[in-house]
Amino acid sequence: MKFLTDLWVLFKRNIRASLRNKVWLFIGLFQPILYLLLFAPLLKGLANVPGFPQGGPYTVFTPGLLVMVAIFSTAYVGFGLVSEIRYGVIERMMVTPTRRLALLLGFVLRDIVVLLLQSLVVIAIAIPLGLAVNPLGLLATLGMMVLTGALMASFSYALALRVKEENSLASVLNLLSAPLLLLSGITLPLTLAPAVIQAIALANPFAYEVTGARSLFIGNFNNSAILIGVAYLTLLAGLSFFWAARSFRKGTA
Amino acid sequence: MGIIDIRGLRKSYVTRGRGYGPKSKSTGEAPVSAESGGAPAGAGRAPAAEKAPRAAKARRGQVVVEAVKGIDLAVEQGEIFGFLGPNGAGKSTTLKMLATLLAPDGGSVRIAGFDVVAQPNEVRRRIGYVSQAGGTDREATGRENLMLQGRLYGVSAKEVTARIESLVVSLDLGRIVDRLGRTYSGGERRKLDLALGMVHSPAVLFLDEPTTGLDPVSRAQLWNQIRSLRAGGTTVFITTHYLDEADNLCDRIAIIDKGSIVAEGTPHELKGRVAGDVVSLSLNHVEDALAKAKELLQPEEFVRDAIIDQDRLRLTVEKGEAALPAILRLLEGSGIGVVSIALSRPSLDDVFLHVTGHSLTEAERTAASPAQRTGDSR
Repeated sequence: MKFLTDLWVLFKRNIRASLRNKVWLFIGLFQPILYLLLFAPLLKGLANVPGFPQGGPYTVFTPGLLVMVAIFSTAYVGFGLVSEIRYGVIERMMVTPTRRLALLLGFVLRDIVVLLLQSLVVIAIAIPLGLAVNPLGLLATLGMMVLTGALMASFSYALALRVKEENSLASVLNLLSAPLLLLSGITLPLTLAPAVIQAIALANPFAYEVTGARSLFIGNFNNSAILIGVAYLTLLAGLSFFWAARSFRKGTA
Repeated sequence: MGIIDIRGLRKSYVTRGRGYGPKSKSTGEAPVSAESGGAPAGAGRAPAAEKAPRAAKARRGQVVVEAVKGIDLAVEQGEIFGFLGPNGAGKSTTLKMLATLLAPDGGSVRIAGFDVVAQPNEVRRRIGYVSQAGGTDREATGRENLMLQGRLYGVSAKEVTARIESLVVSLDLGRIVDRLGRTYSGGERRKLDLALGMVHSPAVLFLDEPTTGLDPVSRAQLWNQIRSLRAGGTTVFITTHYLDEADNLCDRIAIIDKGSIVAEGTPHELKGRVAGDVVSLSLNHVEDALAKAKELLQPEEFVRDAIIDQDRLRLTVEKGEAALPAILRLLEGSGIGVVSIALSRPSLDDVFLHVTGHSLTEAERTAASPAQRTGDSR
């Protein structure tokens, strides 16, 4: 009972901090909106290229963009944690009888809610531009994004607790983000890629997610990428949450 | 048994480097304390590392630093207890173990009868802890900060609200409680930090270097607030590297150096342990008079030590009040004119010098230089 009360108290606090920081919410949306306005139109010319998925450019591009939002709106949350550790805020929470798991979950749930809010804004902008989406498919895609958010946020927090300063955190995140982005088919579908790149991308969970989301958007629920993606993401999110929970238990010292 | 009961408390950790690694994570206490200066790389030096499975073990290129090497201590209810030592002596590490934030490698700590390792939540409910970094959230108001903290302690929202009102009065938070933390001055932030540690009315309050970086006025205010806590029955355990703070604020102190307690007692007792009082003389005809006076006084039984310190003669004597007339008589008898004479009690720095062989200010300089770069984050 105390766990749920604490979780609610912490979640409210975290959400309040995020909503108060409107600049950051905007910065988080700035890039996806630019992609929608300046990149998606470039795909129009590719619609007839062999290998290009079904649907108009926005229907093909928006699912990938949502996955990108899910990855990058949560990958950098560790920076906030580093600063809160520095100001003693985390230690101050850890000295209370609240459970460490409530602390971690309070952060991760906030990150997921922020991510969903940002996704809805992106979708609201994409629809008038020409996005056609199956409502159930969209719901399932949002579900995959929740998994992605949980995975990346937990990973980022665990890493932040390990390195405890911004520079190392930035190095590791940047090191990972470029290959993950390039090998996911977010910008251009991997079906256009040479066989070698397609083969490497088989290891990337986000590649399945993007393919799966594209399929869900046009109402095709039978693509095997969906199931593989969900299973893969669930596994990784679980592992990364476990790592983060362990790091929180060990404390900040 | 005191309200805080510490037995054989030990902690060591692994750090990179060849035995002098100024590793400093979020704690301000650098491990340079341990006399690891000459230890070769990879030399595991944790005592009984086999016995205690949690004890740090060094790999190649690392060295184990003993931050806390077996501390025994009892703190009584309602006293202000001071932990005095230079940066890197192991103060913060000890405090973190007392506050359940860091697991000890060995030994035991009981607070109000509860074991910090076995019953951490029982301990947490009864203690407040204010770290060097404080804990005030910059992006929330003072009230929001306090409400969150109170709720996490399991106090109902209604009770926390009432408690905040009483803290606003007792800590004079009226002007800051509804402002965002990032607008606070150093002194204001420290006040809120303190309030955060007290929001659940703990029986024991741990304060890690509470006045570091404060201006003299804020410092005096904080001292008064700590004293009034004691008046209300709260036990206050502070760490400090300020001699005057230990001397003026604390009922009892323990001097810690390189991870061990080297002396313990009231400031008065500790100073009494140092060889007597200090008499400082300035004389007529400075040059030879000083030497002559030294020659004259040194053989006297009550004089333990005589040093010519620039243009003054400094004598360490057993009983200052009794020695003064005798000194004057002797000097007058041999025709040496006394311009001025001063009697002073030994300071805690003299005590520190006496028990460790080096002065606190000196220890501070050597220990602090590598650690401070990342240590003090305020």
